[in-house]
Amino acid sequence: MKTLADLKKIREKAQEEMKLRDGKVRIKIVVGMGTSGIAMGAREVMKTFLEEISNRNLTDVIVTQTGEKGLSSMEPLVDVIEEGKPKVTYGNMTPEKARRVVAEHIVNGRVVSDYVVSTGD
Amino acid sequence: MSLKRIDLLICCGSGCISAGSLKIKERFQEVLAEKGISNEVNIIETGCMGPCDYGPVMVVYPEGVFYKSVKPEDVEEIVTEHFLKGRPVQRLMLKEEERVVPSKKEIPFYRKQVKVALANCGFINPESLEEYIATGGYEALGTVLTTMNPQQVIDVVKASGLRGRGGGGFPTHMKWQLVHDIESDQKYIICNGDEGDPGAFMDRSVLEGDPHRVIEGMMIGAYAIGATKGFFYIRAEYPLAIKRIRNALKQAKEAGLMGENIFGSNFSFEAEVRTGAGAFVCGEETALIQSIQGERGNPTPKPPYPAVKGLWNKPTVVNNVETFANIPTIFLRGADWFASMGTETSKGTKVFALTGDVNNTGLVEVPMGITLRELIFDVGGGIANGHEFKAVQLGGPSGGCLTREHLDVPVDYETLKERGAMMGSGGVIVMNDQKCMVNVAKFFIGFCVDESCGKCSPCRIGLKHMYNILDRITKGEGKEGDIEELQQLGETISRLSLCGLGQTAPNPVLSTIRYFREEYESHIRDHSCQTKVCPDLFHLMIDKERCIGCSLCARKCPVSCISGSREEKYTISQTECIKCGNCQDVCPVKAIDRIPGMHPDVLNRLKEKQNIIIEE
Repeated sequence: MKTLADLKKIREKAQEEMKLRDGKVRIKIVVGMGTSGIAMGAREVMKTFLEEISNRNLTDVIVTQTGEKGLSSMEPLVDVIEEGKPKVTYGNMTPEKARRVVAEHIVNGRVVSDYVVSTGD
Repeated sequence: MSLKRIDLLICCGSGCISAGSLKIKERFQEVLAEKGISNEVNIIETGCMGPCDYGPVMVVYPEGVFYKSVKPEDVEEIVTEHFLKGRPVQRLMLKEEERVVPSKKEIPFYRKQVKVALANCGFINPESLEEYIATGGYEALGTVLTTMNPQQVIDVVKASGLRGRGGGGFPTHMKWQLVHDIESDQKYIICNGDEGDPGAFMDRSVLEGDPHRVIEGMMIGAYAIGATKGFFYIRAEYPLAIKRIRNALKQAKEAGLMGENIFGSNFSFEAEVRTGAGAFVCGEETALIQSIQGERGNPTPKPPYPAVKGLWNKPTVVNNVETFANIPTIFLRGADWFASMGTETSKGTKVFALTGDVNNTGLVEVPMGITLRELIFDVGGGIANGHEFKAVQLGGPSGGCLTREHLDVPVDYETLKERGAMMGSGGVIVMNDQKCMVNVAKFFIGFCVDESCGKCSPCRIGLKHMYNILDRITKGEGKEGDIEELQQLGETISRLSLCGLGQTAPNPVLSTIRYFREEYESHIRDHSCQTKVCPDLFHLMIDKERCIGCSLCARKCPVSCISGSREEKYTISQTECIKCGNCQDVCPVKAIDRIPGMHPDVLNRLKEKQNIIIEE
């Protein structure tokens, strides 16, 4: 390391590794992981989200989980929460659908209306 | 490919390690592997998070859920409920008035705190250079080396108002300016990590939790004064701190942050660790220098000050760990920002180790000028076990105690000094109404008697004499004039001792006499310890109304001084009793009380003994 630019490079890479801790994220993907969610395959869905986000190197998106959301018949349920926009809830998710949500909604900002269960709180 | 979705920060400060955090970490690794989600959770060992009383503690991000007192058997529940199903385990979270506190930042303990020196403590992995850099680490050093000259650096520190955090509160920029102005072929910079006050663990926590910050602060100082060589003097009782600093030094060298021509400038620097052998006096800068040189750790007269003739007779700056830890942030956020916190003469924040009879013992960092009430009752959560606040000892064995009437005074260097206490390095020992102040004073003087290096006679002989008087008083053998003699001795020792140890050692006695004189008087005149602490000045009595005659006390008494029967109940033979308290512990009906004051039988015996001595 010889210059401030070198330092900056290391910093940016390390910050990416620590993004979970700083709370500054653009989009939060919340996967419903109650008993019924898990029974319907929520873990596979969450894994797919994690893989997609990692593959696309999306640094400002985090995936987290929550408990039972009440709408058991539509599990697995996934919320996409973006700063300043109404929450979007997707239902009956599968790994394939998750990939499409990442490609269209997370990356390009177009809500995938085919899978939407509800919007807003 | 990184699938990490959870950062699990386990506090691995010394407190939590002794509470078992390493076992918990292993258990997490096992359970995560069993459930097949090892690759989704990042386990990070951090430095001290602060609330040591609740240890082992941990924080789970991104939610920031704070878990306390976690045991290995709780790990499985945390993994299956929280990590897999997203339901934080409420029973392990902190509760405030029946409400579960959802995340770390909402815990009352943290609310009034402002973290500068401790900013990364408990947040980053102290063994990772990258994580320190991610928080802005070494940027201040890079900026300083590439854009500022040494005088400009000193000017920034001057504008920030930073003063030494080790005890005396000497302005940091003045030390730096003195050495900067002296021409010399070699200068040194030393980090004083010989923290020895009972109940203090601020420096240890910073060294363990954020070692690179201290190194960066030292290097900025070295550049300002023109030193090329630095020493970390850390006491051998801090093995983890030594290990982490050594590791950080190695990383910095490998990354090119230490060595020749750092950041392409003409500044070259290297540093190494020297360990102390456990003498309290080596925290005094001249003794510390002697110790690094391989001599016996004895202080030397000042002047010459280390700034003029220090290590190997070269100009030397000795700064405390916390002082260095403040430096990088002052350069990153600006001197004005730092100076905006605190009082007229004391700027910035101060780290305190809260210990004693307070609910939230642990490590805290608050703005200077906070009142003792806020520190003890808001941050500290008040007095534990429903007792009343009595006094607080600030500054360890060199400091003094303050009382209830001082609760609203601001904590800064000058105000504390005026009231007979001192900032010291930041140890805050809170005492409840069950504490005997004469005994407390005796404890601190005893500590200083043990730690006196013996070089100068006021400290070596005078302190021992003070100890003997206090010892007599606590044994009921005090006499009229003892208090005055203690005061006179104390003032003489303060004035005549060679170094800071002797100059400040009488403070606990002088301040307890100042604020609790009536306790000394009742020990001497009434042969009574109202708090029932001094064993010779209270006695144990069995209440015959409550006694059920079970004989348990008599059977458990180690000196067999309790006798009686089921019908007559039991009595203690006062002249033989050693006040061990066993009988109180075993009594099933709590019929045994501690009564302040010597029992008349014992007092008469004592008087007879004294008369015999006088007649001889």
